[in-house]
Amino acid sequence: MSRARWGTVAIVLLVLGSGFPLYWAIVSSFTPEARLYGTPSLIPRVLVLDHYRALFTQREFWVPIRNSLIVAGSTTGFCVLVGGLCAYALARLRFRGKAPLLGLILAVSVFPQISVVSPLYLLLRRLHLINTYPGLILPYLTFAMPLTVWLLVGFFRQLPAELEEAAMVDGASRLRTIREIVWPLAIPGLAATAILTFVYSWNEFLFALSFTLGPERQTVPVAIALFRGQYQVPWGQILAAAVVATAPVALLVLAFQRRIVQGLTAGAVKG
Amino acid sequence: MPGGERRRAASAEAREARLAWCLAAPAIATILLVALFPLGWTVWESMHLHDLRMPWLGRSFIGADNYVEAVRDARFRQALGHTLLFTVATVTIELGLGCTLALAMNRAFRGRALVRAAVLVPWAIPTVVSALLWRFIFEGRAGIANALMVDVGLVREAPVWFIRSGLVWIPVVLADVWKTTPFVALLLLAGLQNIDASLYEAARIDGASAWRQFRHVTLPLLRPAILVALIFRTLDAFRVFDLVYVMTGGGPGTSTEPIALYTFNTLLQNLRFGYGSALSVIVFAVVFGLALGYIRFLGAGLTETRG
Repeated sequence: MSRARWGTVAIVLLVLGSGFPLYWAIVSSFTPEARLYGTPSLIPRVLVLDHYRALFTQREFWVPIRNSLIVAGSTTGFCVLVGGLCAYALARLRFRGKAPLLGLILAVSVFPQISVVSPLYLLLRRLHLINTYPGLILPYLTFAMPLTVWLLVGFFRQLPAELEEAAMVDGASRLRTIREIVWPLAIPGLAATAILTFVYSWNEFLFALSFTLGPERQTVPVAIALFRGQYQVPWGQILAAAVVATAPVALLVLAFQRRIVQGLTAGAVKG
Repeated sequence: MPGGERRRAASAEAREARLAWCLAAPAIATILLVALFPLGWTVWESMHLHDLRMPWLGRSFIGADNYVEAVRDARFRQALGHTLLFTVATVTIELGLGCTLALAMNRAFRGRALVRAAVLVPWAIPTVVSALLWRFIFEGRAGIANALMVDVGLVREAPVWFIRSGLVWIPVVLADVWKTTPFVALLLLAGLQNIDASLYEAARIDGASAWRQFRHVTLPLLRPAILVALIFRTLDAFRVFDLVYVMTGGGPGTSTEPIALYTFNTLLQNLRFGYGSALSVIVFAVVFGLALGYIRFLGAGLTETRG
């Protein structure tokens, strides 16, 4: 009994600790600017939409949203497609060099991003890709591709191999087996991986800050980070933008929570 | 005919290997192009004098001069110190707290869905957003943290968190702990759920106390999960950039500037690409060394238990 009670206490603490700052951000984003700098009260008395209105009329916040959707979407699409094929080979096929390839992919995924900023900047400058969409998608592949492959290898290994073997015994070619047996089974894993890759790309900051020059190509995190005016900080608008930037990823992740947790913790369980 | 069959089997194997390489090639080529090739370029760049503000100087080979400058650079040593401080503080707190939460949650029967939600939302939030959120919580007299602390009577006057170089670390570390502890707890919980319950029963029958059970059953079997959490968190903390850039800008002065931010400033503010690249290589080497070290010292048991 008392053991279960300790568990409940921990859960309540966790939920309160995680939840309160979020609650506070949401409440404040609906609070009139003047009240934000008075004595704060935990339960709001006046709620207004001013900050959200200002965000889309004065700030043109839809521009960074569009940029982030294009960049994160393209990165995810490319990685899931190309990385999926690679992950299938690594999870299912027998060939020499598999272990070093897995090692390479894991090693690349721990690269500090800062260690490739200088060459990527020089490369993109030479190709005239600074401040363009491809100029962000290309650098994003450095972290997104190893991540996608690594997650998908985990998902593919969980699929039952018997169906594939049966199909091949029946004379189906490897490619046909992939198309007709593996692909439908893999859709949930591909979806979870796609969401994770999208979240990482949506949230990325260092590359987006380094390789864009102005508001026309800035992504959502860069736009929010540079909101801060020279003399005053428009907290109401910043928090409204924070809510807008977080809502899509939070909802996406919550909708697929079970599979995402599976993908995230697979590495820890297998060691 | 056995000979023919063997040949057929061999050719099937070769076909499988060929297919595997065809499937893997595009992704591997991408990784080589966008990660390994730039990394080599960084090393090359780090051995040259390359200043984008002074293009007339050209790009002459200067060997290890950039590295020598780094060793003598007080701001670099200071940034390295900040990074180490931040890494040790956050990783210790996150692992300790995460382990406690995981052990407690493992005993609870209800609320799994709620836990997952509470864990995933802070993790999924952009770091930029969580940095701003915590800055807002600690900002000025009207910040909720100060208001609560004064109300409760913890302090008489609200401290100014972002001006004093000692205090500023508290909100910075807290923001990181808030964002990642739930995730660490989740990793460790997954490890705990993998432990066979009959082991605890056997220990109880043998009369082992709760502490001894933890020490001799839980801890050794949780080691792989702890190792993974430790590696992920340390490497992540060592690369810290977004949080500090947005929350303090490295200030007041340069008193919270971590190594990634100093490197970024050297590259894109001062446009010193040669020197900045040398700093990048150092960060890379440290991160890689840390990863190898962990696997060497803590991973020895890992391969044994698996093998």
